[in-house]
Amino acid sequence: MDTGWLTTALILLPVAGALVVWLLPLRPFAVGSTALLIALAEVALWIDAVARFDFDERGLQLGQRQSWFSDLNVSYHVGFYGFSIWLVGLTVVVLAAAIGYAFWAGRERPRAYYGLMLLLTGAIVGVFVAQDLLLFYVFWEAMLVPLYFLVGVWGGAGRLRATLLFVIYTMAGSLLMLASIVVLGLSQGTFDLVGAGTSGSTWIFLGFIAAFAVKAPLFPLHAWLPETYRESSPEVSAVLSGVVSKAAAYGFLRIAIAKFPGPTADLRTPILVLAACGLVYGSILAFRAPDLRGVIAYSSLAQMGLITLGLFAVNDLGLNGAVLQMVNHGLISAALFLLAGAIERRAATDDLTALGGMARGRPALATVLMTTGVIALAVPGSTAFAGEFAILAGVFDTGWGYAVVGAAAIVLAAMYMLRLISAVLHREPGPSVSEAALDLRPAELSVIVPLVAILLVLSAWPAAITDRSFPDAGVTARPAGIFVPTRESALP
Amino acid sequence: MILALDTPQIDWAALAPTLALLAAGGVNLFAAVFVPRGDRRVVGAIVAALGFAGALVAGALLFAQTPDAHGVIADAIQRDRLGALTTMIVAGSGLLAIGTSYREPTSDDHICEYYALVAWAGAGMAFLATAGTLLTLFLGLEWFSIGLYILCAIDRELVGSLEAGLKYLIVGSFGSAMLLFGSALVYGATGRLEFHEIAQVVQQQNLSDDALLVAGLALLIGGLGFKASAAPFHMWTPDVYEGAPTPVTAFMSAATKAVALVVMLRVLVTAFPQEARLWTVTVAAVACASLAVGNLAALVQRNLKRMLAYSSISHAGFMLIAISADNALGGRALLYYLIPYCAMSVGSFAVVAARERELNAPVTIDNLAGFGWERPLLGVALATFMLGFAGFPLTGGFVGKFYVFAAAYEHGWTWLVIVGVAATAVSLYYYLGVIRAMYMRSAAELQLAPVLGGSPPRELALQTAVTGALVVTVGSFFAVQPLIEAAKHAAASLPF
Repeated sequence: MDTGWLTTALILLPVAGALVVWLLPLRPFAVGSTALLIALAEVALWIDAVARFDFDERGLQLGQRQSWFSDLNVSYHVGFYGFSIWLVGLTVVVLAAAIGYAFWAGRERPRAYYGLMLLLTGAIVGVFVAQDLLLFYVFWEAMLVPLYFLVGVWGGAGRLRATLLFVIYTMAGSLLMLASIVVLGLSQGTFDLVGAGTSGSTWIFLGFIAAFAVKAPLFPLHAWLPETYRESSPEVSAVLSGVVSKAAAYGFLRIAIAKFPGPTADLRTPILVLAACGLVYGSILAFRAPDLRGVIAYSSLAQMGLITLGLFAVNDLGLNGAVLQMVNHGLISAALFLLAGAIERRAATDDLTALGGMARGRPALATVLMTTGVIALAVPGSTAFAGEFAILAGVFDTGWGYAVVGAAAIVLAAMYMLRLISAVLHREPGPSVSEAALDLRPAELSVIVPLVAILLVLSAWPAAITDRSFPDAGVTARPAGIFVPTRESALP
Repeated sequence: MILALDTPQIDWAALAPTLALLAAGGVNLFAAVFVPRGDRRVVGAIVAALGFAGALVAGALLFAQTPDAHGVIADAIQRDRLGALTTMIVAGSGLLAIGTSYREPTSDDHICEYYALVAWAGAGMAFLATAGTLLTLFLGLEWFSIGLYILCAIDRELVGSLEAGLKYLIVGSFGSAMLLFGSALVYGATGRLEFHEIAQVVQQQNLSDDALLVAGLALLIGGLGFKASAAPFHMWTPDVYEGAPTPVTAFMSAATKAVALVVMLRVLVTAFPQEARLWTVTVAAVACASLAVGNLAALVQRNLKRMLAYSSISHAGFMLIAISADNALGGRALLYYLIPYCAMSVGSFAVVAARERELNAPVTIDNLAGFGWERPLLGVALATFMLGFAGFPLTGGFVGKFYVFAAAYEHGWTWLVIVGVAATAVSLYYYLGVIRAMYMRSAAELQLAPVLGGSPPRELALQTAVTGALVVTVGSFFAVQPLIEAAKHAAASLPF
């Protein structure tokens, strides 16, 4: 049965929703609820897609292909692989939570705002399902436009500088990728990702790496990150660090590693070293950050380093762990940013010295923040532990040094997370925390708790993702020192 | 006694677009005399719009009915799809420019003459697009240039308008002189005026290293470079674009550039295939210079018209990359690129015109503050045009850039792709700067004086033009296949 329409529907539904929101003169409340309904419908569509997906099959599924312009063999080609379906799931869930949060918090100029959020949803889903290089680039850039507006219009006082940094960094990387796409596509005679063979060109590889390394971000290209995450509204930060950064990790996996086996082998060491540096550096900065969002932002840098370590281990354990950790970190950082937003609403600051003692009389806030934080610091038994363990075991094959650095970073993660939790929840009430500040409201809980609930489910059953990302390959140890992705065939 | 003159066979259909525009201009001159003063504005606009619409339809018919390129009227002009498609682009830009002109606060005295001149300039461009000899090339170029010289200076009340006209006249004449001199040298070297015969003679007599011919070629590129406002022939562009009435600027920036670049492609490919190794490098160098000058100078502009002028220089650079590729893909890239480019260019100047009328002052980046929220349609349109200029997806600007890069790569010039990519990266700063001004700042924040005069006038014609430009900009992204197919047929008229 042809089910490719489902993939297209996943892209088009939010885009159509955006147009509806923009064009119909609805009232603010109606706009927000329409956007939320569409976001939830998107989640339902995704569940339908998962139900139809055969996790034992290797090839592209739910695919649809339509020629776009034939003289250069560019087509609209979309479809799912095992790992991409989880990332799309992460996208639709986090975006629904973000829209729900914005609906509750209230945003000025709601029609423009929700339209852009929906457009962003469609663009990110597009990035994860595009199977044509040019189409991938189109969605990649289409992702940037709504983000530019969302940060620049609804951001904090320093938003103009933040957007400038963000856009210049990402576009510098993206345009190098465009040059790479032109060269790769024309030299292969097709832009199709499924049909194209592999390439051995280091320069083309570096063009792609530039785009993904900036977006992830990979140390030392993270200068845009702290300002952007601090100046955005909390739900946009949640989307940025939870989902958009995963698009970069997905790019590493789907294009850089799968299409450039030679250059990946050649340049693996510098990339792994940078990832390890980012992991340690980000963790230390997170520990030193004076504000709530700073901690989450830098921990995001660290986690992206960890995920990159797993990806460039290029073996079963590393890849499976990386995919699991992408989903984990997406949910964790989204939940943390939304919680940070909730705390900012109550204390009017996210300066850690001005916060404290919020657990007293606020059991819901304390429970949710505590649960998320404990999962984030990868306590054994949690899904983040499963992901990080798989990554470290995977990268151990490449060099035990990386695994040692990674393990040290897990200790650092415990330090910065516990510092965050105690600075917000424990100690004496801070100067900005008034007695009257309320506990999490039901609306906030209904947005954040589902994210945490998914994390708990994954903690009980991480194999839901690790066994279903790359077909017919359980998590098996690789012979040390051999760089041949045995799952090469599993990589599209 | 019957006087028997040996006259060439005239293919009137090939001239139909030119004739339609000439007729519109003529009718407008009569209207300037016979129509009562109060009605002239609307009559003039309608007649000119009909002329451009007629040229558009005639161009489409010509395109459909001319599968094989051939010379007509003693080979003076070429009847081919390249000319037909260019005519359609010019006519489309003209239509949009008429919509922009309608509410322009010029005095009613010369309004019909204004529309007559616009139509005639369009006629000259349609003629030039089909030029097949050096003679018709110069004729067409001067024809539309003279119309534009007057149009730049037509609004004598406007500060800088006369200056713009004079500047354009002097510098433009210099460019025309270069073109004429170059033509004379080429004729001197080969003894031929027709483009394809020049190529034949060069091949037969092995003239490809002839000093006269090469000098002539260089001067031809320079002369056309003036009209296309490519660096280093761009000096007039910012001043003229700023000083001229905005609708005239809109028309000039789109149609003049389109026709100058297409003619450059036609001349170089048809008349000078043996010199390709020379002119590809030259044109690539001019392209790089245009990209550098246009983008770097645009970074520091505060006046929006000047910024758009520099941006148009940089886009000339992008399109020259396509020409320098010297392959069919490059021809396709140029013709495709022109379609969204012209729409975005006229469209953005139209929005500038609307804001100018609202403020009664030149539009700067600062006084755009809050514009996007006050005027949703115009704001979204200008934002889309800026994103399109910057080559973001969901606009044809992206596909155009992609094709240009593809053409450069196919020629084997990966370095030119890198130059183009770097130029695009620089251009983001000023294009996104406009969006930032419109949406992310408020007039209160910048402490600007509020706009006086209540709500802005309803400008149906202008809004229709802007909407049309928006539809073309976005539509050309989705409808790449039919447009590129048309561009392919048009480029097939040339002997690649």
